[in-house]
Amino acid sequence: MEALLAVDNLHIHFNTYAGRVFAVNGMSFQLSHQEIFGLVGESGCGKSVTGLGILRMVPPPGEITSGRILFHNKDLLQSSEDEMQAIRGRRITMIFQDPSTTLNPLFTCGNQIIRLIRVHTSASAKEAYKRAIEMFESVALPQPQRIMKSYPHELSGGMQQRVMIAMAIAPGAELLIADEPSTALDVTIQSQILSLLSNLRSEKNISILLITHNLGVVAEICDRVAVAYAGRIVEMGATEEILFEMMHPYTQGLLAAIPTSAQRGKPLTSIQGSVPDGLEQLNGCPFYERCLHALLICQTEMPELTQIGNESHFVACHLYPPKRK
Amino acid sequence: MATLKAEKIGYIPKGRPVNSEFQLMLRAFIRDPLAILSFIIILIFLLSAIFAPLLTQYPQQGLGEPNIAEKFLPPSRAHPLGTEYMGRDVLARILYGGRSSLSIGFLVVIIAVLIGVPLGAISGYYGGWIGNLIMRITDIFLAFPALLLAIAIAAALGPSFVNAMIAVAFTWWPWYARLIHSQTLSVKERYFIEAARSTGISDFSIIIQHILPNVMTPVLVQATMDIGSAILTGAAISFIGLGIQPPAPDWGEMISTGRIYFIERPWFAGSAGAAIFLVALSFNLLGDAFRDAADPRTRRFSA
Amino acid sequence: MDQKPILELRDLSKYFISNRGLFTRTEKKVRAIDHINLTIHHQEAIGIVGESGCGKTTLARVILKLTPSTSGQIIFEGEDIVLLSSRELHSRRRNMQIVFQNPYSSFDPRFSILRAISEPLIRNTTLRGKDLIQRAQELLDQVDMPGEILYRYPHEFSGGQLQRIAIARALAPTPKFIVLDEPTSALDVSIQAQILNLLKSLQNNLKLTYLFISHDLSVIQYICDRVAVMYLGKIVEYSTTETIFNGGALHPYTKALMFSIPIMDMKLRQKRIILTGNVPDPANPPSGCSFHPRCPFAKEICTHEGPELRVISGGHLVACHLVISPSW
Repeated sequence: MEALLAVDNLHIHFNTYAGRVFAVNGMSFQLSHQEIFGLVGESGCGKSVTGLGILRMVPPPGEITSGRILFHNKDLLQSSEDEMQAIRGRRITMIFQDPSTTLNPLFTCGNQIIRLIRVHTSASAKEAYKRAIEMFESVALPQPQRIMKSYPHELSGGMQQRVMIAMAIAPGAELLIADEPSTALDVTIQSQILSLLSNLRSEKNISILLITHNLGVVAEICDRVAVAYAGRIVEMGATEEILFEMMHPYTQGLLAAIPTSAQRGKPLTSIQGSVPDGLEQLNGCPFYERCLHALLICQTEMPELTQIGNESHFVACHLYPPKRK
Repeated sequence: MATLKAEKIGYIPKGRPVNSEFQLMLRAFIRDPLAILSFIIILIFLLSAIFAPLLTQYPQQGLGEPNIAEKFLPPSRAHPLGTEYMGRDVLARILYGGRSSLSIGFLVVIIAVLIGVPLGAISGYYGGWIGNLIMRITDIFLAFPALLLAIAIAAALGPSFVNAMIAVAFTWWPWYARLIHSQTLSVKERYFIEAARSTGISDFSIIIQHILPNVMTPVLVQATMDIGSAILTGAAISFIGLGIQPPAPDWGEMISTGRIYFIERPWFAGSAGAAIFLVALSFNLLGDAFRDAADPRTRRFSA
Repeated sequence: MDQKPILELRDLSKYFISNRGLFTRTEKKVRAIDHINLTIHHQEAIGIVGESGCGKTTLARVILKLTPSTSGQIIFEGEDIVLLSSRELHSRRRNMQIVFQNPYSSFDPRFSILRAISEPLIRNTTLRGKDLIQRAQELLDQVDMPGEILYRYPHEFSGGQLQRIAIARALAPTPKFIVLDEPTSALDVSIQAQILNLLKSLQNNLKLTYLFISHDLSVIQYICDRVAVMYLGKIVEYSTTETIFNGGALHPYTKALMFSIPIMDMKLRQKRIILTGNVPDPANPPSGCSFHPRCPFAKEICTHEGPELRVISGGHLVACHLVISPSW
């Protein structure tokens, strides 16, 4: 089946005072239709920048230097700005972490969503209103008519995020990029939002690229996961495979670092050291300095993302060399 | 031992110069061409005002000695900017006039800052009834139009220039109080203030050591731009005759008397006007440059 | 464990008054914390769990007297600090310190690390000059940071490193009791593990008592001995970590919180309770039991009568009608 979105060897650099920061270093992954794909990693791994990069919204001093982003097999990086405008908000949309800063405080929610619908479709005011109510209902907002007339600050964080999601899917998007959509919310509200996203996937035929640092969130609703480190994918596969048969030392370290009751009384396994700051371009594996299983080759040669075992599990690690034919 | 630790917790900046907020701002500032230009212009004016006696052949005329015989001479080798209605060398008048104009500009702003900043800090930090009281007082003072107040004071106490400018300062301090008040409100909520209080640091120390340094940047920006405005206001007051009385030199006064002759003999009103314009503009640009350099978001990045 | 508790909160309340107009008589009372009773023993680690609006942040501030309480007693090491004058309080302050959530806001950006750590030292000790610097280096050593960083500025460090420095600063006045307000919430998981390990070892080495506030249950269960669950200013359940995290939670809110820890195990997920509705506004609390609008088990009594915090079994307290009087 043709992939909905294919990111191929994406490179994004930032030109800062301190030098060139290699934020995204050859990121490659694919999303299928009706799939929730988790892009997980800690701060500095380049996941948020990748999300912005897909929509070509990387802020200066960042720039996309190479790679391809294929949406329905068309390279977005080669598209004109007009073509991108037609895609942004309409076919690929994005929601962010803090809904209170992404919703305009000066306009009612109804005003904002109707305007959005009318910009992207040729709906009349009446049709747009109807569609807006439908959208609010599909995100389980109580009393949609009242929400239409409310201002963002009158709503709670969870409700604001639902409004955001409604606005994101209203024009009929095929791909929703969600950058930490539930991190700023209370834990019980987080469960609600994640469950909502999962339902949307099946009801509205949307694929979701879920960007997060929280492995728990990934375990909740993602079908497939990619673990990012220092601007590259180090492991990728179906969620169960990654969580239970993880192979890359970084993934193992991440999961081991989560405190569980079994570990009470014992020191947590933490990954020593910290994430590289992206200023130097490394020859070998970026995880080399922190890896407990490092081999000599890891210092000099960058491991490629290779397939392991069955079709969908990929790892980039010298511990699992590609099969020789 | 030390290297082991560094490995354990990750990359610690090594070998790079220590970067305090101030140094970062300075670096951004130096890279801004307009900032450098305006800084140089201001420096030129400052230095020429200080070293006026050395820069002109006619220091006495600069101070006021008339020279009727040579009145209204156009610019020439002997008199680079010509002479004015009393025959005095215009360049000398400009140089000496700069002394009063510039010092008044600084004086007004310093007074406004010295009154406004502490009041704003106290009202912002403590809030409550004292905050309310101070803010209402600032409201009252804000209601006064600066120029009219200056005129009223001059009418009441006689046209002393210094009195007039102090009157202006009294209408300007509320802006600083307001500015500091709102900045203080946001800074005082930050965790490091609570951390300081939890170790028993007194409120006074907190205000002086923590709050003020963190709110001074907008004050710096505002004050720089206000120096330009103060010089303009001073010129305006002199222009209407309430300022420095002749024969003492003053740019505003020069425009005032010079405008009658402006069509045929533009050089002395013109040069005084140009001086005021350049100085005020430079201070404005300088303030702008400070603002751009101070805000991390508008700092320019290197290529 | 020590006989006498290090901290006892008796009937502690903090109300905020909002909407007091000049001409209106209506005052809206926001009950940020409402008649809290809590006992903490030496070298214990007590967790406070709850979502926004539950009052946990206010509780931390009130205990340290960074905000004045409205009523009740705060008995620290045997004396009620509510009754102390400013000056007397100053000398007690060194015994209780706080570490905040956001390490970057915890430091004055204009202070070098040396100045930041020296601040409590200058206030609480007579160390000066070389001795001061040496002590600062010792403190940094305790948190595994190299001494050379003293002359650097906060923005040069990563979140995890800065949080270590914040812990070093909190240790400067040699306190006995430390309040940790979401200290790892802003950190990545692998860094969080490092910090939790550090906190645990410091607690053992320096005989510290912790009040650990978090919304992250997995962290609480790892580091705390006992847990208090707060909802809208009240404690709704209080027990040992083992009880609560091993299926012994009784209050419906606690159970819902348990289930919101994202679960790797698919089977457990089916038995989840996902709460409907929003976290309520503390200025407008629901009548009776403040949890009743969201409670899947709410009965008639819950709508008009607030449940008391009662002892269920040794050391396990719950405030819920369904648990206290099962004969509904």
